[in-house]
Amino acid sequence: MAKLRTRKHKVVLNRSVGGDLGINVMLIILGAFMFLPMLYVIMQSLKPLDELWMYPPRFYVVSPTLKNFSDLFKLMSTSWVPFSRYIFNTVFISVSGTVGNLIFSSMAAYALAKIKFPGRGWIFQVIVLSLMFNSTVTAIANFLTMSTLHWVDTYLAIIVPAWCTSLGLYLMKQFMESSVSDAVLESARLDGASEFYTFIKIAMPMVKPAWLTLIIYSFQGLWNAGNSIYIYSEQLKTFNYAINQIVAGGIARAGAAAASQVIMMAVPISVFIITQSNIIETMGSSGMKD
Amino acid sequence: MPQNATAKKSPKPTSRKEMTKFQWTLKEIARNKTAYIMIAPFIILFTIFTVFPVALSIILSFTEFNLLEFPRFIFADNYIRLFLDDDIFLTAAQNTLVFASITGPVSYFISLLVAWFINELTPKIRAIVTLIFYAPSIAGSVYLIWQVIFSSDSYGYVNAWLLEFGFITEPILFFKDANYVMPLCIVVALWTSLGTSFLSFIAGLQTIDKSLYEAGAVDGVKNRWQELWYITLPTMKPQLMFGAVMAITQSFGFGAVVTALAGMPSVDYAAHTIMHHLEDYGGQRFEVGYSSTIAVILFIVMVGCNLVIKKLLSKVGQ
Repeated sequence: MAKLRTRKHKVVLNRSVGGDLGINVMLIILGAFMFLPMLYVIMQSLKPLDELWMYPPRFYVVSPTLKNFSDLFKLMSTSWVPFSRYIFNTVFISVSGTVGNLIFSSMAAYALAKIKFPGRGWIFQVIVLSLMFNSTVTAIANFLTMSTLHWVDTYLAIIVPAWCTSLGLYLMKQFMESSVSDAVLESARLDGASEFYTFIKIAMPMVKPAWLTLIIYSFQGLWNAGNSIYIYSEQLKTFNYAINQIVAGGIARAGAAAASQVIMMAVPISVFIITQSNIIETMGSSGMKD
Repeated sequence: MPQNATAKKSPKPTSRKEMTKFQWTLKEIARNKTAYIMIAPFIILFTIFTVFPVALSIILSFTEFNLLEFPRFIFADNYIRLFLDDDIFLTAAQNTLVFASITGPVSYFISLLVAWFINELTPKIRAIVTLIFYAPSIAGSVYLIWQVIFSSDSYGYVNAWLLEFGFITEPILFFKDANYVMPLCIVVALWTSLGTSFLSFIAGLQTIDKSLYEAGAVDGVKNRWQELWYITLPTMKPQLMFGAVMAITQSFGFGAVVTALAGMPSVDYAAHTIMHHLEDYGGQRFEVGYSSTIAVILFIVMVGCNLVIKKLLSKVGQ
């Protein structure tokens, strides 16, 4: 018979002290491996010049300063294209890519999850298959497509492909399947509601966590899309690209480089902090049946 | 509509039994028009940017094409050249397999272990730990900090430390040394790899019905390891499957990380992967036919790995 042990008024099954200890030690070691480099970036960004270049290097900062950030902004203002343009580009690409992705993916997801039409089985199979390879495979052919369409050096080359991510569709479809009840949709249909109506007014409000997840995924991808091979013109480049240019200015800019990395990571990480519970909820239905 | 033409002679079939399969399908298609309208935008774009490129790559892989002249059909010459004449490709293939077969499984098991470790923490602490482990995967180019940590001069953290304690007498050029560059890139790739599969595992563990564990304890499950093997893993099999697909696909996608850290080409091609070989021929030498061949090989390897692992995982708990 298994031993039962109580902890904090809760019945806890099959837990040994040794195991708890071992797990916590492992967790701390792995956590340190994950967290310390992140902390180091933040430390670096706050170090004054003499601390950045001291020997032996010191992990923590003694007299923190925001000078690296102000240097970064000064460098920004000297760029050839006004820096606000880079920010506008990134925001424009991220927003229009994400909005299109949300609309098209959720429409397709609703049809796949909730309407029984011929062909939906194999369409979904193809989507799942496409999760199994990444964009490296399609890069060359897509470049040919883009040049045929004359989309090279326009935003279209980045935005339009972002409208149809298979991972977004997959997560949305799985979530709709498990959390939108067929009975509710059926009664709406009996009342004469069109599929579009049930989709927008009934299904979509029930899958808010999946929207957020899709938005975050799409946004993260586009936000971090720095050096797209499709964009040549300086005034069409993104914030990420401009930041990388500043960082590439050499070791003299080590402080500004760290500062820029802190800014670049702050955005997706804050977005994740706000939406974490929704993303986890969406992932609850991400499972793949064979 | 076509089915009406045949239906004119006999009374129109109304139930499924009276119809042929073809008639039934046509009727269903007509009835579900809205579904096709809803799915059309996605499918059209998906076909243009994902399905068509794969097909085009397969076709171009049998041709010689330099973007200027019309593609010339050359049978399997590209494949023969790739496997028999291209030593760098063989190095790249070997590196890719080493890279993927380490980062894929290790990332998968770390994701699973950590998700399992933090499953019993209180929700607040769990959210913080999740953030710590997940953050590197969404933090953009922050992995470049590893370049500072392993910097080749004595300002690099690791070099300074090794010098200080007398392990070495002069700094190691970590990312320029064929012995170190590959292992280091693997470590950095692993650091950024706790992504979608990790979140999926956390969610999968959260949704397991707690009464299963109580029932298991009554049935003689003796410790947490047995609980993991007999109850937890079989119950979250769909998540394990999805996580595996994500991990495998990701393990072939670290080309950019390697390029940023080790440069391209890396020293002695020590960290040169198929992704780099593809970029070299497609992006720089404009040998479109040849690089399509590389893309096709990469496609086959990735999808093949996924299908094999999926098959293996479907045996868990059976």
